[in-house]
Amino acid sequence: MNLTRRTFLTASASAAVAAFFGSQQAFASLEDLNKALNDYTGGAEPGEGPLTLTTPEIAENGNSVPVSVLVESPMTEDDHVESVMILAEGNPLPDVATFHFSSMSGEAKASTRMRLAKTQNVVAVAKMSNGDFYKVSNNVKVTIGGCGG
Amino acid sequence: MNYSRIALIALGATLTASLIAAPVDEKLVIDGELEMTTVAPSPEGHPLPEVRSGWHYRTETTRALEADSFENPGMLGVEQGEELWNTVEGTAGKSCASCHQDAAETMAGLGAVYPKWHEASGKPINIELQINACRVNNMGAEAYKFDKGGQKPLTAYIKHQSLGEPVKVSLEEGDMQAWWERGKELYYKRTGQLNLSCASCHEKNNGKYIRADHLSQGNVNGFPTYRLKQGNLISLHNRFRGCIRDTRAEYPAAFSDDLMALEVYTTWRGQGLSVETPAVRQ
Amino acid sequence: MAKPRIKIPKKVAAGDVITIKTLVSHKMESGQRKDKEGKVIPRKIINKFTCEFNGSSVFSCDIDPAVAANPYFEFKAKVEEAGTFKFTWVDDDGEVIESEKEVALS
Repeated sequence: MNLTRRTFLTASASAAVAAFFGSQQAFASLEDLNKALNDYTGGAEPGEGPLTLTTPEIAENGNSVPVSVLVESPMTEDDHVESVMILAEGNPLPDVATFHFSSMSGEAKASTRMRLAKTQNVVAVAKMSNGDFYKVSNNVKVTIGGCGG
Repeated sequence: MNYSRIALIALGATLTASLIAAPVDEKLVIDGELEMTTVAPSPEGHPLPEVRSGWHYRTETTRALEADSFENPGMLGVEQGEELWNTVEGTAGKSCASCHQDAAETMAGLGAVYPKWHEASGKPINIELQINACRVNNMGAEAYKFDKGGQKPLTAYIKHQSLGEPVKVSLEEGDMQAWWERGKELYYKRTGQLNLSCASCHEKNNGKYIRADHLSQGNVNGFPTYRLKQGNLISLHNRFRGCIRDTRAEYPAAFSDDLMALEVYTTWRGQGLSVETPAVRQ
Repeated sequence: MAKPRIKIPKKVAAGDVITIKTLVSHKMESGQRKDKEGKVIPRKIINKFTCEFNGSSVFSCDIDPAVAANPYFEFKAKVEEAGTFKFTWVDDDGEVIESEKEVALS
């Protein structure tokens, strides 16, 4: 067999990375992330709570990574989840999306698909109607394709 | 023996040990109803022991997208194709539906038997070129340019009417056998600065990783395919050209004789697999 | 813009919490890519999605460029009465995609 690992490594050197974010990437700083977090919480320190963030351990392509959040709550007028913000630590901009719920949501559960520029932590912060904040984060490994095609 | 050869021998052991990962052995059932054939016995003369859909080589997340016809983003293109099917264009004042009525009936199974011999042109014809022939000859409309206008969505819509049907290429008609031979020659011909053939990756190394990408057999039963990377439907000839470009070679024009021959041959290599259009890949 | 795809149960019992899935065709140009001449391709994304039921907000989402092309949302709704769900997507250029789905009580 003539095909070698070296050939493959050479081939992959031309691989295009994260097409949607372009090649000139400036990644968000921790400051950007903390600012987004602070703007959202008004400076309150998020604690632990019944917030679940579901992401794949390994994403085969960073351009479409499923992300799902669930907050356990009775979802009544008096006691409900107002919103959940999703942030990506290693993207050019940390903000991904903010889900807003209401008592008509029935359950504070929502999913979307996001772009991740590289392997990084994804953070979810839930804002409760009583002013509490919960935070959780997951690591997602983003693999880089073999060929540019 | 030069340095790189020595390095290779050392690395070769790692490659075999850690980078070979078998494709998963699961079943693709669309919407819990339509069971797809994603592993088929090889046609006679095929170099691999069995034919496998690229679906098996993808992660659980990507596989799940294809298994749910709502979550499959390629279905947006299929729905757009349905609109185009019913849209009147050209001087004859006709749409596809004017002659072919309900595609669910008239196009059923068709996507599974293309490319096929086209006597009038003395060449094989695929769905894209068949659409163009219809547009020019029967509708008085302009032919779609490669990947432009409604070409991808309409092709996806027509092929989707054969979802689940086994791919079957008829090599007996016309000169199909000769085109198959020509396609085979191209499949094994090393090209580009990287000196790779289709077979280098998709036959000899399928199941291994090229960097983080799990190499499939390169079967074409799911095209046009929704690729997460582009967030769009990708046509077969675009994929051919992309692969050839990545070997750092000049690539042939879409629908050129070379790529039509390659379509005949690669379709045959996946014979027996279900049509998956629109498949979902990384 | 192309017709959105919406998946919603047609018949529900009063008090049911149902799952709604939506998928809409949009390139979601992030504003971080450059063209062949090296110029930044301007941002054009859907930045807001809302779902209302009989005029009241059920769920909405503020969307940033990190949401994937052809945005997909899945969420819940508690249905107490028959009525109409209204879905709205708005992009940076102010283009609006709207769709409605009716539900009957079983």
